[in-house]
Amino acid sequence: MHSLTDVEVQALTLRAEDIRESIVKMLVEAGSGHTAGPLGMADVFTALYFRILNHNPRHPDWIQRDRVILSNGHIVPVLYATMAHAGYFSVSELKTLRRFGSRLQGHPHRESLPGLETTSGPLGCGLSQAIGMALMDRLEGHKPNRYFYCLMSDGELDEGQNWESLLLLNKYKLTKVIPIIDRNTIQIDGYTEDVLPLESLKDKLESFNFHVIEIDGHDFRDIMRAVGAAKNSLDKPTVIIAHTIPGKGVTAFEGDFRWHGKTPNEEEAKKALKELRTFKGKVLHGEA
Amino acid sequence: MLRKTLFTVKEEERATRDGFSDGLVQAADDNSKVVALCADLTESVRMEAFRTKYPNRFFEVGITEQAMSGVASGMAAMGYVPFMASYAMFSPGRNWEQIRTTIAYNNVPVKIVGAHTGLSVGPDGATHQALEDIALMRMVPNMEVFVPCDAIEATAITQHIAKTVKPSYLRLTREKTPLILSDEYEWNGGKAYIMSFPRHKHGGDFMHSVGIIACGPVIYEALKAAKELEKENIGVTVVNMPQVKPLDGGFLLRFAKDVKAIVTVEEAQTAGGLGGAVSEFLSEHHPIRIIRVGVEDRFGQSGKPQELYEEYGLTAKHIAEKIRSVIR
Repeated sequence: MHSLTDVEVQALTLRAEDIRESIVKMLVEAGSGHTAGPLGMADVFTALYFRILNHNPRHPDWIQRDRVILSNGHIVPVLYATMAHAGYFSVSELKTLRRFGSRLQGHPHRESLPGLETTSGPLGCGLSQAIGMALMDRLEGHKPNRYFYCLMSDGELDEGQNWESLLLLNKYKLTKVIPIIDRNTIQIDGYTEDVLPLESLKDKLESFNFHVIEIDGHDFRDIMRAVGAAKNSLDKPTVIIAHTIPGKGVTAFEGDFRWHGKTPNEEEAKKALKELRTFKGKVLHGEA
Repeated sequence: MLRKTLFTVKEEERATRDGFSDGLVQAADDNSKVVALCADLTESVRMEAFRTKYPNRFFEVGITEQAMSGVASGMAAMGYVPFMASYAMFSPGRNWEQIRTTIAYNNVPVKIVGAHTGLSVGPDGATHQALEDIALMRMVPNMEVFVPCDAIEATAITQHIAKTVKPSYLRLTREKTPLILSDEYEWNGGKAYIMSFPRHKHGGDFMHSVGIIACGPVIYEALKAAKELEKENIGVTVVNMPQVKPLDGGFLLRFAKDVKAIVTVEEAQTAGGLGGAVSEFLSEHHPIRIIRVGVEDRFGQSGKPQELYEEYGLTAKHIAEKIRSVIR
């Protein structure tokens, strides 16, 4: 994985801003859902679907594809928006989010939409599924060469099932599983360190015998480097802690846990979209 | 279909978990995609034979019933047929939500094997006697629920569910129990079937006609009760219903029209189990007097299986008494 050029970074930044725009639009249309997490993870998802994954949006069940296992299912708007922009389905379908009859269920359901690998929502269930997939991949001699990216959040680490899974990940040394933890420090009731302290998360994970890489989850070069290092680590699995700003891109939402589980009204959305477009402008002209 | 030697000599006995063991190895012989996971109870849930023969396809996950459900789901997503086993109190007891979301709603063919169900777990006491598992699994969409009456049926069901694309729950018991079916028995795809007709000693008609619908090894007690009642001019037909979900409604409807009352028998809570399922169906389609024999809203306790059967009303004597009360 070569280091990104400035032009490539710029292209990814623009792409992520498009995805953020879509997220805000779909949430205001749906009238319910989660805002902070999806905006915060837009850069990681952009890097995955536009640089990292070996996938084929026209053939979502292509056997050789890398798997994306979304564990914290409530941030699914970012997954839907990224998939739509990547060509899995039409961007116009995004406005059906959470509607009756929609393929875009409020929390992801595998059978509803091609390209979803799992069903999730209740927290803590993703990593174990990634482990199951990777165990079978190992049984098949890692042919074809596939990776299993598990997107998780810090808040969901409260769930005991995750720690069971981390024990298993260490036992089986599944280096093809690459967990990426969204460390945005918020959950519904407040800041993670107030609700149920996680720190030192890095120490905890290292004591489980993993390589742990902390990155700025909004820095594409950082994201790419970390995934590259995880792929090159063959002795033990690598866990990536992506520090992100919840609500990233919209000043009014950034860093405020109250935006975890609510959506903007039309007025707030208008301001948010204006800011996102302005930001796009800044990138375009600032770099030129 | 019934074993010829039944009730004639000392019964041959084998636990349903041992029947499962045979079925799992045979299913694995037939299909290389069959894999197995166990939560630190490999000998107890009888996955040892599989582990010995197919060590690469066996996964010891430790006491992680919740994660085990996810791991199994991930395996199924890769095209495999995972059998995941523990005591039923822990799986599907402790991990019910994980099963609901990542296996049933996700609709992947994970085979959940719940061992040590019912009162016959005995001395371990109420914490380990799963009485609610049938209800827990029966309520979940996509899930199919199987309760074998003996080791022979357990082998057949294990091989059957290894071939289906649905999530399945298989309910096993710990104790050796009588072999009820003949060695020639073949799985009929999950249909309910009559195990024994009442035989009038003079070849005439019985004054009363009652049907028992049962599942699991406790059906042996039901068969004994039916024999006992023949002497009292009460004709009892015993039906085995090894697949509790989907329920064989066609059979129930035909059967209910031929009997005066139905008694369900199971080693589980009467609420939500087989008795619940039969009552729900018949109250809607052919209302008829139904009495449910099982555990009635109580926890179990330590004791020998036979002592517990006595205490909770699951012996042939209790079943016969219930039937007498229906026709009185």
